[in-house]
Amino acid sequence: MNTHRAPAKLFDPALMGTAVLEAFKKLHPRTQLRNPVMFTVWVGSVFVTILAIAALAGHSDAPTGFTVAIAIWLWFTLLFANFAEAMAEGRGRAQAAALRRTRSEAMARHLPNPADRLTVRAIPASALRKGDVVVIAADELVPGDGEVIEGVASVDESAVTGESAPVIRESGGDRSAVTGGTRVLSDWLIVRITVDPGESFLDRMIGLIEAAKRQKTPNEIALGILLAALTIVFLMVVVTLRPFSEFAVHVSGQGKPVSLTVLVALLVCLIPTTIGALLSAIGIAGMDRMLRKNVVARSGRAVEAAGDVDVLLLDKTGTITIGNRQATAFIPAPGVAESELAESARLASLADETPEGRSIVTLAHERLGTAAPSLDGVTAIPFSATTRMSGVDIGTRTIRKGAADSVERFVISLGGQLSDAVHAAVAEIARSGGTPLVVAEGARVLGVVRLKDIVKGGIRERFDELRRMGIKTVMITGDNPLTAAAIAAEAGVDDYLAEATPERKLALIREYQAGGRLVAMTGDGTNDAPALAQADVAVAMQSGTQAAREAGNLIDLDSDPTKLIEIVETGKQMLITRGALTTFSLANDVAKYFAIIPAAFAATYPALDRLDVMHLASPTSAVLSAVIFNALIIVVLIPLALRGVAWRPASAAALLRRNLLVYGLGGLVAPFAGIKLIDLALVALHLS
Amino acid sequence: MTGNALVQLALFAAVLIGLGLPLGSYLARVLSGERTLLAPLTTPIEKLLLRIAHVEPTDEMTWQRYATALLLFSGAGFIAVFLLQVAQARLPLNPDHLTGVGAVLAFNTAISFVTNTNWQSYAGESTLSYLVQMVGLGVQNFVSAAAGIAVMAALLRGFARHSSSTIGNFWTDLVRVTVHVLLPLSVVLAVLLASQGVVQSFSGAVAATTLADHAHATQHIALGPVASQEAIKQLGTNGGGFFNVNSAHPFENPTPLSNFLEVVAILLIPVACCFTFGRMVRDRRQGWALFAAMAILLAGAIVVTLTAEQRGTPALAAAGATGPADAGQPGGNMEGKEVRFGITNSALWAVATTAASNGSVNAMHDSFTPVGGLAPMALIQLGEVVFGGVGSGLYGMLLFALVTVFVAGLMVGRTPEYLGKKIEAFEMKMVMVAILAPALAVLAGTALGAALSAGRAGIFNGGAHGFSEVLYAFSSASNNNGSAFAGLSVNTTFYNLLLGLAMFAGRFLVAIPVLAIAGSLAGKTLVPASAGTLPTHGPLFVAMLLATIVLVGALTFVPALALGPIVEQIQLVGQGVIR
Repeated sequence: MNTHRAPAKLFDPALMGTAVLEAFKKLHPRTQLRNPVMFTVWVGSVFVTILAIAALAGHSDAPTGFTVAIAIWLWFTLLFANFAEAMAEGRGRAQAAALRRTRSEAMARHLPNPADRLTVRAIPASALRKGDVVVIAADELVPGDGEVIEGVASVDESAVTGESAPVIRESGGDRSAVTGGTRVLSDWLIVRITVDPGESFLDRMIGLIEAAKRQKTPNEIALGILLAALTIVFLMVVVTLRPFSEFAVHVSGQGKPVSLTVLVALLVCLIPTTIGALLSAIGIAGMDRMLRKNVVARSGRAVEAAGDVDVLLLDKTGTITIGNRQATAFIPAPGVAESELAESARLASLADETPEGRSIVTLAHERLGTAAPSLDGVTAIPFSATTRMSGVDIGTRTIRKGAADSVERFVISLGGQLSDAVHAAVAEIARSGGTPLVVAEGARVLGVVRLKDIVKGGIRERFDELRRMGIKTVMITGDNPLTAAAIAAEAGVDDYLAEATPERKLALIREYQAGGRLVAMTGDGTNDAPALAQADVAVAMQSGTQAAREAGNLIDLDSDPTKLIEIVETGKQMLITRGALTTFSLANDVAKYFAIIPAAFAATYPALDRLDVMHLASPTSAVLSAVIFNALIIVVLIPLALRGVAWRPASAAALLRRNLLVYGLGGLVAPFAGIKLIDLALVALHLS
Repeated sequence: MTGNALVQLALFAAVLIGLGLPLGSYLARVLSGERTLLAPLTTPIEKLLLRIAHVEPTDEMTWQRYATALLLFSGAGFIAVFLLQVAQARLPLNPDHLTGVGAVLAFNTAISFVTNTNWQSYAGESTLSYLVQMVGLGVQNFVSAAAGIAVMAALLRGFARHSSSTIGNFWTDLVRVTVHVLLPLSVVLAVLLASQGVVQSFSGAVAATTLADHAHATQHIALGPVASQEAIKQLGTNGGGFFNVNSAHPFENPTPLSNFLEVVAILLIPVACCFTFGRMVRDRRQGWALFAAMAILLAGAIVVTLTAEQRGTPALAAAGATGPADAGQPGGNMEGKEVRFGITNSALWAVATTAASNGSVNAMHDSFTPVGGLAPMALIQLGEVVFGGVGSGLYGMLLFALVTVFVAGLMVGRTPEYLGKKIEAFEMKMVMVAILAPALAVLAGTALGAALSAGRAGIFNGGAHGFSEVLYAFSSASNNNGSAFAGLSVNTTFYNLLLGLAMFAGRFLVAIPVLAIAGSLAGKTLVPASAGTLPTHGPLFVAMLLATIVLVGALTFVPALALGPIVEQIQLVGQGVIR
């Protein structure tokens, strides 16, 4: 599950087929009404179609062929817009379906008839309903909150309570409640589920990629207002143009007023159809990209807010450092050879299956170059909470490793002591952000192993990028301030919170928010839930507890804390795509004016042909070319809308400069070339 | 452009900025209730006025209360000016025994002065008594200007405050601006103008016997309290002249120096407002950025108009009426211009008066070359944001800044923010209402004027020029400029009513949304700036702001302009004749 699906082909033939069909279905006026810009085009299309029918019946307002051609292309404009939305929906739906298939959801053993203990059905935990009875054996997860109706078992509830000691759960009394996500360690339980599981996140996500159900995000609403306002302006421009031109005909004594067909064509060209057509597709595609990254959003708002985040709270372990500490050096005590320390440390760790233990073995192997001895005749002494040491007994040899104070107690009890040099080494390691492990054989202290958090490769560069984008990174760790500071410096985060507790985390988030900043964080434990609920963007790990998942507004199915950074990037990309296409759409209008205005008044004021800088073949060809360009540009930009604009982290000023150049200047120039080319093609095909 | 023109323009710019900077700081202090240099003189008057009005200066208002106060005050002003006009025959200070003004004209004039438009359908000296001029129009010249600055102050507080439900007190703002800023400036300017020969008199018109036609013809030379009116007319971007020909009249604007003072006065407060803005939002660079955007558009318009007028037209050249500029002759198109001002000062005035929503004229814009007249018209149609009216120009420009920030903000991948305030759906809605209202009023009014016989009846010139006249009239009224293109008979029921409505829309359908934005912004928290924040003080932002203003203006008005001045110019140049 930890691999991102390779991006599906943008134009999958099967998807396209469905999308074409959907595009026609979406011509229904009720569907169009959701988008004021496209609804205006719809009304225009209907109007020109009526004009075309009238023209065919002999009541022409403009050349019949021209009116018919405009009508056809106006319908194409709508179809292209619908197609873009249908494509985005189709891709999103395919993505969700794929996720559904591949997800190995927690399964529950359901007893359809509680009296009959022999008939057991395996069903997904999410399919459980209140009142269902399940049986849970040792080593299985409790599928949902419930009440024990039979059995006694020890249950590991550390995921919920943070308390590592197992607890007993049995039927009756006040120890009968079990919590979803906890694990049965021994024996078995029969549990009646007491809550309906929340709607599955995937179902909710699918709601976000269906245009009809999708709630618009705040920025989308604001942009919608801008687009609607522009539509009103252009509607007024076009409506008043008729009396203006009648007046012009009146005073110049030549020509005819602008035809209604040309007016509708002008209107459709001027209103921001490009962004209007793609707006919904952009939003859906943004959700889809999240899904592709195995992130399930519970609302579109959360994805958009991710683009606004100013502060990232990152857990040290797993995000900034690789999961565990690793041995990086042996520091022998005076009079002890490094090889002896390495050999003993390796022996002490042979039976230690923790990552730290294995890293000591690996380091010793590197230093000694010899293979590890066999475990024959070795008695492993596992780590215990009382001694806080682990090690081995080989015959009479007792080799131990552990925290400095525990080992010191151990050697003192045997008549030995920790030398000043060892104390100094321990202090030095702690100061530099490492964890010292002292190794002793009997009363003799051999030296210190340095365990260190290993900062992930490339993470520093990532933080530098974030800083350039104006995002502050804060490392959250339970370590002491000394260690935390050292790791923070190494990883290049802007700030850190040491000795973090859930309360301090929550306080930190509130503090940043009071300063007007938007905070994002990841979390998985129940104790993270308050902070997750407080954060503006809260990414809960799928592996986390139910409480954490409920508090988060995004769920990371991979449980990869680094994902937060990608989420922020996806949120930004969605906003940038909208802004870029809005700019492009508006800049396009300049060329369209140069095409249509001289054409519209060619008969009344021939002098205006001076404005026809593109030297288009004829007035009808000019108008038709502009309308065709306006329709085709939607198709051309569909891939951009679905993928999002290319984006690299940079400062706001640099981003603006680049996007303004590409989409502003590009939007100004491109239609001049496009309209001219279409005009040439129309002439070549004898269509104008 | 001639060397002489360049020197004059440079001097103009230097004086304007030199005076605008300190005035901007002063205005910011006044609006923030801080003590100023003039306090010993002005504060007692302020306190007295507020006490008479029972206003508690610290009584902070929500935007709704602020807007209500603005509307009540303007409504009262409207009724007062209307009644004064209708009843002037029975009131004192009417030495020429002028009759009462008709209801429709009185309606138009009252709205015009209350909205700081000062469109004049009437001929000042032969229609209105001294009492109406002084107590009606003169008072509105002050308070409509002060009201504009008050609305601006409220918006600036919206940006500067955070998590606040109030945006200041309208009455306090109104009184402070009038007493501390407009009155002292007007007194100084009136004295300076009087020194140049601008009349200040309560006597009726002087009858003089002329030598015309060797007959003893009698000419009535109008007089009046002109200098005092003239000062506030320019400073408050009012523009309503005492005389019909406005500042082309030798008693309003007799000398090149009076002309210079007046044209500086037109732009002085609007320029200062940029710097006031910078100070009040505690980031002076923001003020300079808006100033730069406005100055670039102004400079562009000056260059266009000046070169067009200096070049003249092929028809004038063919008639031998234009020649090169030299020490004795201004050259160029002198039709409709005063010889004492020449090309440069007429063009500069035309651009300044249309950039600021002043509307006073010292030359007839109707007689400008098509392109020379296009630049002033375009400045008006951009929404009076190139310095614009006192207060209203800056808040108009801030509306465009919000649109720019919105599009630019999306392009950098964040919820758009300006000066630390997030710009969301509510603000966008209000911004769009404020930008749309005047534009729609221009288009709708012009369409009615061009389509209906009542509208066509008033059009004096044929061809595309007649259309330009109607377009100019509605552009001027809807954007509260008040200058006229002439050539259009506007003192008809049709134009008086329609233009009156356009002026109302252009003022209050902008000011009320602006106050709503102020209220909404004041309640928001401040987002601290970071590298991810779009900088709004650099050249890039200024360029994008300019592009937004020009694009919105052009997209709205290009079809109309194409049928007016653009086709006129092409015909003129292409065929070598006018029409």
